[in-house]
Amino acid sequence: MSSRTAKFIAKRLALGLLTLFLVSVVVFFATQALPANAAQAILGKTATPAALKALSAKLHLDESVFSQYWHWLTGIFHGSLGTSAATQQAVTHVLGSRLLNSAFLVLISAVIAIPLSIGLGVLMAMKRDKTADHTLSTSTLLVASLPEFVIAIALVLILSTSVFHVFPAVSLLGPGQHAWNKPSIVVLPALTLILAVTPYISRIMRGSMIEVLESDYVTMARLKGLSERAVIWRHAVPNAIVPAIQVSALQLAWMAGGVIVVEFVFDYPGTGTLLINSVTERDVPVVQAIALIIAAVYVVVNLLADLSTIMLTPRLRTAAR
Amino acid sequence: MTTEAIPLETAVEPLAPPSLRQRQWIQVLRVASRLTRTRIGLAIVTLMVLIAIFGPVVAPHSPTEFVALPNTGPSGHALFGADYIGRDIFSRFLYGGRTVIGLAVLTTALGVSLGVLVGLTAAYSSGIVDEVLMRICDVFLAFPQILFALLLVAALGPKLWLLVLAIAITHAPRVARVMRGAALQVVERDFVKAAEAVGEKRRRIVLGELLPNVTSPLLVEIGLRLTYSIGLVAALSFLGFGIQPPNADWGLMIFENRLSITVQPWGVLLPVLAIGVLTIGTNLVTDGIARAAIGLDRGSES
Repeated sequence: MSSRTAKFIAKRLALGLLTLFLVSVVVFFATQALPANAAQAILGKTATPAALKALSAKLHLDESVFSQYWHWLTGIFHGSLGTSAATQQAVTHVLGSRLLNSAFLVLISAVIAIPLSIGLGVLMAMKRDKTADHTLSTSTLLVASLPEFVIAIALVLILSTSVFHVFPAVSLLGPGQHAWNKPSIVVLPALTLILAVTPYISRIMRGSMIEVLESDYVTMARLKGLSERAVIWRHAVPNAIVPAIQVSALQLAWMAGGVIVVEFVFDYPGTGTLLINSVTERDVPVVQAIALIIAAVYVVVNLLADLSTIMLTPRLRTAAR
Repeated sequence: MTTEAIPLETAVEPLAPPSLRQRQWIQVLRVASRLTRTRIGLAIVTLMVLIAIFGPVVAPHSPTEFVALPNTGPSGHALFGADYIGRDIFSRFLYGGRTVIGLAVLTTALGVSLGVLVGLTAAYSSGIVDEVLMRICDVFLAFPQILFALLLVAALGPKLWLLVLAIAITHAPRVARVMRGAALQVVERDFVKAAEAVGEKRRRIVLGELLPNVTSPLLVEIGLRLTYSIGLVAALSFLGFGIQPPNADWGLMIFENRLSITVQPWGVLLPVLAIGVLTIGTNLVTDGIARAAIGLDRGSES
């Protein structure tokens, strides 16, 4: 690795940290500094002035917003995300297993969707302008248009109500149960996410693969008499895959937000459902914590995507500023 | 049928800004309108917009009137049956498009305008202004759009203006990035330098010289943001934070009827179909425009 690359990576990391810090500022000030009385929201309209005052003091509401922010930020570094206004439990406790359930959902969807899309992209490129390519190109374009909750509800309508009764439409998990103990509840939410990201990745892979298949070295490999399989998988795919990996990373980052609505549709016991319920209850500390986590995942995944792109592309490795 | 048109159109006055500036977006739209996908998309969008506009005129019932027992199936009186509290599903469907389409257009207009302003200013200013604007964009890009809207709703409650603001603000950095990229290639061109030399004001250069030369990526952005806006507006109502009862709105209809989906699927099916078909329509048009823009680009290079 050249010192220029190292410098670029260091700069990119520093920018990532700065972004994370500013994200925390936005999360906090968007919720806390707005003219809404958190104590009133928690205790309701019937609260006595004494109770309001006591809670305000407990939440540091009587201090300036900047010192409130400082309390919140230092709390995070000590592993505390505050206290849920609705349940009076520690936010970390409320989040615990739900975070794992969401991570499980996103990871299993990604593990299926990424190889599937790359395969589809290669298939479309090899069958370029034939029926298979046209059908797949058109259907991926159509599915890519649909908002994720439309895909989710369509799956519910098709697979668990009117047509077939294959999968449960809503997830019923007892407290403390994890999603992987009951795989049937993961199927539909995961299928939704897979359908939502596959069109983007496979279309990019198709384009990049077509470009590579037209290149000189693929013609060379064919002229050398290599088998078509070796030409495709050993020579073409490794060269066409970088853009697909980039888009995959972007889609992974997108899924961090996409799960919110998808989980709600299936009542999946993850952070997304918790977020919606907390917004309904105006449970600001929980909302702040989840927003911060999702945004942080987004920033980190994007950072990793950028860095892996530099590593995978020799040209960029030297040209990087 | 489109291939012959591309080089012909772009062969005209490649470096004459005054005529080019009126031409770029017209050219793109003209080429796009010859593609089958654009035409299908346009037909779909037109149909849905007509339903949204004239639906309330032809609706058999008022959207809030009780016409049958809750969750009754289709009958001559109520074409698609009654919803979870006994209102006519078909009438509520006919009334429910205005808010979705209206809010989507509004958020797109606000978000794209803000994004264009930020993107072009960044490209033209360069240096520290550019750096600061883009870093601010990075921060807002870290928030999935729905998350940012939910964050504001958690603080202030479900208010319509708040959602419009949230969606517009989160559109802006996404648009700004694209517009900045496109404008960077124009900033160095001769006619911009000429405008600077004769002492044109910054605002005039940004809006009068840069903007007219980045209209094809702008058209694509408008289409994309409109498609996403429809999804976001509908999703927020579906989550219960958008249009509030007893109003008729496609997103809200799904929210209200989703628990009775097994007994009366039409209450969910109709609005879901409407939203899905509408986004497919806008995305087909967008894809057509994007193809036309790329085609024109290639044509002018060769």
